[in-house]
Amino acid sequence: MATHAHPKRTGLWDWLTTVDHKKIGILYLIAGGFFFLIGGLEALLMRIQLMYPNQEIFVGGSFNQLLTMHGTTMIFLAAMPIIFALMNAIVPLQIGARDVAFPFLNSLGFWLFFLGGLLLNLSWFLGGAPDAGWTAYLPLSGKNYSGMGVDFYVLGLQIAGIGTWIGGINFLVTIINMRAPGLTFMRLPMFTWSVFVTSALILFAFPAITVSLVLLMFDRLFGGAFFEPALGGNIVIWQHLFWVFGHPEVYILILPAFGVISEVIATFSKKRIFGYSAMVFATVLIGFLGFMVWVHHMFTVGLGPVANSLFSIATMLIAVPTGIKIFNWLFTMWGGQIRFTAANLWAVGFLPTFVIGGMTGVMLSVPPADYQFHDSYFVVAHFHYTIVGGMVFALFAGLHYWWPKMFGKILNETLGKIGFWFFFIGFHLTFFPQHFLGLMGMPRRVFTFLPNQGLELGNFISTIGAFSMTIGTLVFLYNVIVTATRGEKASNDPWDARTLEWTISSPAPEYNFAQTPLVRGLDAFWVEKMAGKKKMTPAEPLGEIHMPSPSILPFIMSLGLFIAGFGFMHHAYLIVIIGLGTTVVCMFLRSIYDDPGYHVHPDEEEVKA
Amino acid sequence: MSRWNLSWRLLPLLAVMMLVLTGCAQDPYLSALDPKGPVASAQLSLIMLSLYIMIGVFVVVMVIYVYVLFRFRKRPGQTGIPEQVEGNHKLEIIWTVIPLILLAVLAVPTVSLTFDLAEKHSTEEALQVKVTAHQFWWEFEYPDLEISAGQDLYIPTGQKIQFQVTAKDVMHAIWIPALGGKIDTNPGMTNNMWLQADKPGTYKGKCAELCGPSHALMDFKVIALEPAEFDKWVNNMKATATKTVPASAQAGQEVFNQSCIGCHAVDATKGVKVPDIAPNLAGFADRTVLAGFIEHNNENLAQWIKNPQSLKPGNLMPAFEGKLDEQQINDLVEYMNTLTLE
Ligand code: HEM
Ligand SMILES: [Cu+2]
Repeated sequence: MATHAHPKRTGLWDWLTTVDHKKIGILYLIAGGFFFLIGGLEALLMRIQLMYPNQEIFVGGSFNQLLTMHGTTMIFLAAMPIIFALMNAIVPLQIGARDVAFPFLNSLGFWLFFLGGLLLNLSWFLGGAPDAGWTAYLPLSGKNYSGMGVDFYVLGLQIAGIGTWIGGINFLVTIINMRAPGLTFMRLPMFTWSVFVTSALILFAFPAITVSLVLLMFDRLFGGAFFEPALGGNIVIWQHLFWVFGHPEVYILILPAFGVISEVIATFSKKRIFGYSAMVFATVLIGFLGFMVWVHHMFTVGLGPVANSLFSIATMLIAVPTGIKIFNWLFTMWGGQIRFTAANLWAVGFLPTFVIGGMTGVMLSVPPADYQFHDSYFVVAHFHYTIVGGMVFALFAGLHYWWPKMFGKILNETLGKIGFWFFFIGFHLTFFPQHFLGLMGMPRRVFTFLPNQGLELGNFISTIGAFSMTIGTLVFLYNVIVTATRGEKASNDPWDARTLEWTISSPAPEYNFAQTPLVRGLDAFWVEKMAGKKKMTPAEPLGEIHMPSPSILPFIMSLGLFIAGFGFMHHAYLIVIIGLGTTVVCMFLRSIYDDPGYHVHPDEEEVKA
Repeated sequence: MSRWNLSWRLLPLLAVMMLVLTGCAQDPYLSALDPKGPVASAQLSLIMLSLYIMIGVFVVVMVIYVYVLFRFRKRPGQTGIPEQVEGNHKLEIIWTVIPLILLAVLAVPTVSLTFDLAEKHSTEEALQVKVTAHQFWWEFEYPDLEISAGQDLYIPTGQKIQFQVTAKDVMHAIWIPALGGKIDTNPGMTNNMWLQADKPGTYKGKCAELCGPSHALMDFKVIALEPAEFDKWVNNMKATATKTVPASAQAGQEVFNQSCIGCHAVDATKGVKVPDIAPNLAGFADRTVLAGFIEHNNENLAQWIKNPQSLKPGNLMPAFEGKLDEQQINDLVEYMNTLTLE
């Protein structure tokens, strides 16, 4: 067995070259958190403009830029990456693996996302941000009606999207191939299950946005006419392609959130998840139906009553598996011993909030009613109830829950609870009145409203709520800093939890598991605890562990595409060639040089402990 | 325990907010919650049906939720391990089947109304109106009456109005909440929608699809008149073809004919053929607002002519400040004030 030197790297170089899933998870968290703050600032600025009627702080085009960048940033650059942060940090640990299937690709996925997101955000400084909404409907997003910002949108999202797609494939393969012995599919923790289904959705949904962005790029940069009505193009095609991607996308966001909630509620009720098989079935069904309902975003486009009715009924059906999940969570808590830690507070806060989001979802699935709701503030309220009240609450729950496993320290509980209450109350103040604003005649995506149309009070309350959410977020940030400087060191299993990640030290050692564990049932660690054991039975003898080498190539490959993106935008083909050339050379290098990796010896002390 | 007190305080707060918002605050000519015609009424009753079903579900969830959180929270000193329940087939079947039944109850009227609203009425059954949306104004053409109007949509009460809608530049959507839901206006395509107003009144219309910088300002008015009044309006509109201008406004008319007529017609019968690059101004002096939303007075009108961008960003009318002097602008304003429908 050839042993190669253990490459010790430190500082920035370590982070640029790492292929360790735990470190990549942290990178995703930092980058996603950064974009979340930017997107949140954009939201706050919009709410300030809408605090009173007829204000003139961000008017017309500048408001539309804030609006577009807020939506695009939150969906693609904040929500997705923070989900990827948890996927990376936790899934390999939950399945008893030493890393993901393709560590190199994992790093590539991160850098593509990050540089794509950076490209998109540079638009603020280089001629103006995109301003056609995150949905970029044509013809508004075409070259005749919007400026260079949309080029940044097309190219930035394309690059970031490739990163996400690679990540999705990686997790599919990881979960299929790298489960510990005994960990059958029907013993997978719910979070891993939801990541599995999400990854499958990514695999099938992202090609649709890739295609749409390519077509839009041809129209904008190379004189194409796919969406040019005057030349025989068709603008509705864009909407179909966009929503064939866009609807599964919202399930890509919410399914991992469901997974987090299942883990947190089970742990803090001290019970196994109620109706495990039904939960798995519901997750798969929601993922499947997610591809069948995209037209409910297009009820007012004029596709006719047959299409509208069919997609209406398909949409209503999604409520059934979603309802199953809600009741299963309630009955998981039933008969348990519920502990209201900060993590569980977020999960418990998630339940009624998400139910309201689901209720308005069913209401929106009724086409004649949707003719009133569509593109009004009712919709803004609905999707924030699902995305913020659903997904963001769950992400906070997950972060409080897994923080010890990611960083080795427990977030301060008191600060966690204070932050929760500011955010929770602020959230409902912001978005609850918006249901009424919409029905009272306020269209969405407007930069102002007129006085004396009954819209003042609702908008005012909404802005106050946004300030409260801002405070909640700042308290969380403060908590992160306080915890990093003088937080309490976490044990292996600070919550008395149920799954494999809690059997190893916090944070996990470089190789995760000194010996691959043998899984003997659902909630593998709990099974051992009930059998009176403190640790897992190993499935292999103790020995040297093979690790992949770090590499700078993923970063350089992504940088190449980033540079090529600028070249495309300015029709500077030399720059395109330099950029793409860099990427291709790196691919070549990666193919011809064999990476033998290196070996480490597990820490003997730790194995004995 | 204090956290539960807090959320209990929040609930009545929300309830009060709901009442305040729906009760006194809403604008009866704008709100979809106060329907003024059969389409809006039918839509509101479906909204209420779905809301009642959903509130029913919500109450069930909340009752279980609150009970569970109080009853099963971990008490100090509590030990032992709760029973690890795997599931319960009976319960799981109940919460699969009941929602399915509820959804079926909702689906039947949904599909039926979806088809009703998609019906296309002929000239015999309904007044036909062609709507063309532009960045950031509205054009209403009455093909059977051979007139056309900008910004203000006049309709007779008690009669179905069949709209055929399209757009000239980007997508917009036409929405008159008090009369009914919206439909997109797509360039290169025509969509159909019908509405009806039961009572006379001035209802507020909005553009509901992001269409550029002044999307928020793309308002219009729907003026519903008793049928006899409506016929009078039609005749007055037709008479704009032969209308003469009082002597005091002739200077302004000359300026108009030099600088404005290239884009704006003032003859309602011409609107059908004249280039549709700017709203027809027939009956302009009767409009309550300028450009869809600005208070109609002489200062605002002069300001609009001088610099339309300052009032409605991104709109396509050129600025005349510097091209016309104060005198000419005052003359123009005077002339515009004579564009009434008598
Ligand atoms: C944190 C507090 C947040 C506040 C105060 C907020 C506020 C807003 C506001 C004012 C709008 C514009 C609505 C309109 O004019 O139509 C908006 C749109 C939007 N928000 Fe948020 N938001 C927040 C968080 C989020 C998060 C976390 C996400 C997603 C992960 C998100 C996704 C969106 C999307 C997709 C849009 C639509 C953008 C578009 O129309 O192109 N928001 N939000
Ligand atoms: Cu518009």
